[in-house]
Amino acid sequence: MNMRTPLKTARNLGSAKEGADHFWKQRVTGVANVALGLFLVWLIASLVGADYATVKAKLANPVIALALLALVVSGTLHMRLGMQTIIEDYVHGEAAKIVCVMLNTFFATAVALACTFAVLKISFGA
Amino acid sequence: MADAHSGRGARAARPLSPHLQIYTMTVSMASSIIHRITGAALYFGSALLAWWLISAAISPAYFDYVASWFQTWPGKFVMLGYTWALLHHMMGGLRHFTWDLGYGYELATIDKLCWASAAISLTATALVWYYVATNYGSV
Ligand code: HEM
Repeated sequence: MNMRTPLKTARNLGSAKEGADHFWKQRVTGVANVALGLFLVWLIASLVGADYATVKAKLANPVIALALLALVVSGTLHMRLGMQTIIEDYVHGEAAKIVCVMLNTFFATAVALACTFAVLKISFGA
Repeated sequence: MADAHSGRGARAARPLSPHLQIYTMTVSMASSIIHRITGAALYFGSALLAWWLISAAISPAYFDYVASWFQTWPGKFVMLGYTWALLHHMMGGLRHFTWDLGYGYELATIDKLCWASAAISLTATALVWYYVATNYGSV
């Protein structure tokens, strides 16, 4: 027996029209962030106070560069989803919410592109 | 909020839930709030990581300029805070995964998990920065 009302069909996509997909991606990126986050703590701790040449050589190491790229992808996807939840909770006007959700996407994308570009440039020399 | 009472999407005037301030603060409530605050802090802090990486891709001079900011006391405080936020949020995330899998819902267990996350993240942060301070002296 179907207990759902038509209202349920119209509304089940959630505040930002994405549905349960959001929840699952938040978990997958969250799990990836555990390993990648520990890697970031180690990287920062090992480079505090280091000079330019040391930092550049370390970041150009393929294993480190790949881990950093993975962190950037997983981290920015995760933080964008997380901030969207926060926006949905506190911003109620439809227009303001759309603007905030959009700015959130722009910010996460900008951080992702800047980090990716930097890591690739350092890795490929120049 | 306004359209709950008028216009399009008008709903019956049901009682609103009690205001947040009448609840007694519990460990789980504080943990939930801190998970959100650390998540938001990590969000904005990611711009600092981007700044640092970009500086290393621009020039030695610009890298030194950015690094000099991280060497100041506020800069060190931000790095310490970022480490703690990351580790604490990570513990919060692991707690969420436990619940998502259906475990750890007994009230006493919830409290223990919350206290344990706080203890582990504080200890881990202290250990990391103790290591940094003793290995680099200058930090
Ligand atoms: C280190 C490993 C991490 C784990 C295990 C993790 C896990 C999680 C989980 C499970 C949630 C969902 C909580 C909920 O449904 O209420 C979440 C939310 C969030 N995360 Fe993470 N996360 C991690 C790292 C990060 C990082 C690096 C950032 C930012 C750069 C971040 C930003 C956020 C934000 C903004 C939220 C939304 C908070 C909220 O809704 O209250 N997380 N995280």
